[in-house]
Amino acid sequence: MAAPGGERLTRWLVTAPPFAFLVLFFLVPAIIMVIASFRFPGEFGGLAPLVARQPGEEAGFTAENYAIFFGDWIYAQIFAKSFAVATLTTLVCLLMAYPLALLIARSPKRHRDLMVLLCVLPFASNFLVRVYAWMIMLGPFDLLFSQFAVLCGLVYVHLPFMVLPLYTNLEKHDPALLDAAQDLGAGGWQRFWRVTFPLSLPGVFAGSALVFIPVLGMFAIPEILGGIGDWLVGNMIKEAFLGVRDWPFGSMLSLMLTVAVLAVAGLAAFLAGKGLARA
Amino acid sequence: MPLLEIRNVTRRFGPLTAVDGVSLSVEPGEFFTLLGPSGCGKTTLLRMIAGFDLPDAGQIVLDGRDMADTPPEKRPIHTVFQSYALFPHMTVAQNVAFPLKMAGKPAGEIGAAVRDVLTQVHLEAKGDALPHELSGGQKQRVALARSLVNRPRLLLLDEPLGALDLKLREEMQIELIGLQRDIGITFVFVTHSQPEALALSHRIAVMNAGRVEQLDEPSKLYGFPRNRFVADFIGKCNMIEATVTEAAPQGLRLAAKGLGEIAAPPAEGVRAGQVGVLAIRPEQVRIQGPDAPHELKNHFNGTVHDFLYVGEVTTYVVELGNGARVEALLANSAPGRARFFEIGEPVKVAWRHDAGVFLPG
Repeated sequence: MAAPGGERLTRWLVTAPPFAFLVLFFLVPAIIMVIASFRFPGEFGGLAPLVARQPGEEAGFTAENYAIFFGDWIYAQIFAKSFAVATLTTLVCLLMAYPLALLIARSPKRHRDLMVLLCVLPFASNFLVRVYAWMIMLGPFDLLFSQFAVLCGLVYVHLPFMVLPLYTNLEKHDPALLDAAQDLGAGGWQRFWRVTFPLSLPGVFAGSALVFIPVLGMFAIPEILGGIGDWLVGNMIKEAFLGVRDWPFGSMLSLMLTVAVLAVAGLAAFLAGKGLARA
Repeated sequence: MPLLEIRNVTRRFGPLTAVDGVSLSVEPGEFFTLLGPSGCGKTTLLRMIAGFDLPDAGQIVLDGRDMADTPPEKRPIHTVFQSYALFPHMTVAQNVAFPLKMAGKPAGEIGAAVRDVLTQVHLEAKGDALPHELSGGQKQRVALARSLVNRPRLLLLDEPLGALDLKLREEMQIELIGLQRDIGITFVFVTHSQPEALALSHRIAVMNAGRVEQLDEPSKLYGFPRNRFVADFIGKCNMIEATVTEAAPQGLRLAAKGLGEIAAPPAEGVRAGQVGVLAIRPEQVRIQGPDAPHELKNHFNGTVHDFLYVGEVTTYVVELGNGARVEALLANSAPGRARFFEIGEPVKVAWRHDAGVFLPG
């Protein structure tokens, strides 16, 4: 469809700034990361030069980072553990957020905004302060520096990201549908599983993505609340850049994480599509 | 035994009494209509029959059993909602199968029943469509099929045709009557549209302000409205203020200020001296030239104030000597003839001595 000149110009003016922003701050860094992952680390961080200045100096391109990654089980194990922790966090968030979102969505209209505000109110205080608060709470019970503490922190921080998309979805449901289901013989559980839940799936997927993906990259919470054995991929990446100052290795880890997330998301979308076709 | 009995049911919302001591009964196989303006309590009454709301006082009895402790999902009553309320994530066939699944019917039986009922509503080809792919009339039919598939004792219909355009609405009215006759399920139909109620129902309860004003067959409601509200709500009606001068078994004599004497049919319980209105339908009033012979007992001179041409008939508004306006219908049986009288033309209106109803008060 050919747009008239004026309209085309408007379209360009509107879409160009975000497009330029994405190219500059998303695509270019991603390419830099890919290239960096094939290079040698510089002596004090950064990257080694492309051409050796002294004999014996490491320079140019190498696939060694990938060889290390695929050559040692430990990385696959940490990846698997990170995915398990992210999955568990997502599930716990879903189980806790769903009743809350349902409660808000079915409350009188004048109360809903206040309840949503209360859900996002924690964002008003600093993230680290909130995580340290958990240290104070868990300390006396001797639960600190454990996998449980990490899970508490992860769930606490990400819960609003599950509540909000679920609430936005549930709030739009036509109450007449539940009346109809009840009228046609469906009891309370059947009304939930056959009407409310299937209709809320887009909200479930959105919330799960908003929790699952950030948890994979999270390093602060495992570092503060967990022990050394509770490291996630995020901690490895952070350590590679800030601890060991091996930028290429960190780039490679980030890249592998991106690939793994995309693979999981693709698989989920494929399975969801198949489930929809069958239903 | 009546299928459904409403006994003295009252429902209050704060200071408002939505349903006020309503009693009525619905016979098996009947097409029963609750008719009234919005806010008259008809939808509240329907929700109480379905079980979504409970009466503050009174009983709802189905098949001789008080329904007070039976939740909606356990009542053998289904509702066709005004918005259709089709499940958007299920296909037409899945929607229709829903009540059968809830009743725990085996899969084979469900498939056959769904096919049968979809054929009955002419949607056999649409089983795999999703609700958003259907037209308004098709959604309506799916909603009907879904409510009828496991043969409820009673089907409630809440303004089901309200969202359709006029032509489709008339088609669906005819289909509804046929469907109800074929399957023999009792219908309780709620509407604010009096032509729809007259066209569809065996009996109609006219409701106003939470009460039943009159419960009768359509022709009785139209021909013998019991009070001003019913006369005015069902069809068009001229109201001529008058005082009873003589009440005899063979008829009433009325005096209308500025007009003179009017002869009216007898009315039970009406005594001389009572004040009220003579309610008379426009089609009962004949409009003639001023010099036409006096064939009818009641005849009055006036002038044409306005007219409305609607195709098959023209409605004339005639201003009488006392300033009152009377509407009269004249059939446009002559082709190409839109009107017989012009605005301002002197005319005579006349009606039979047994036409109309005197309504005191």
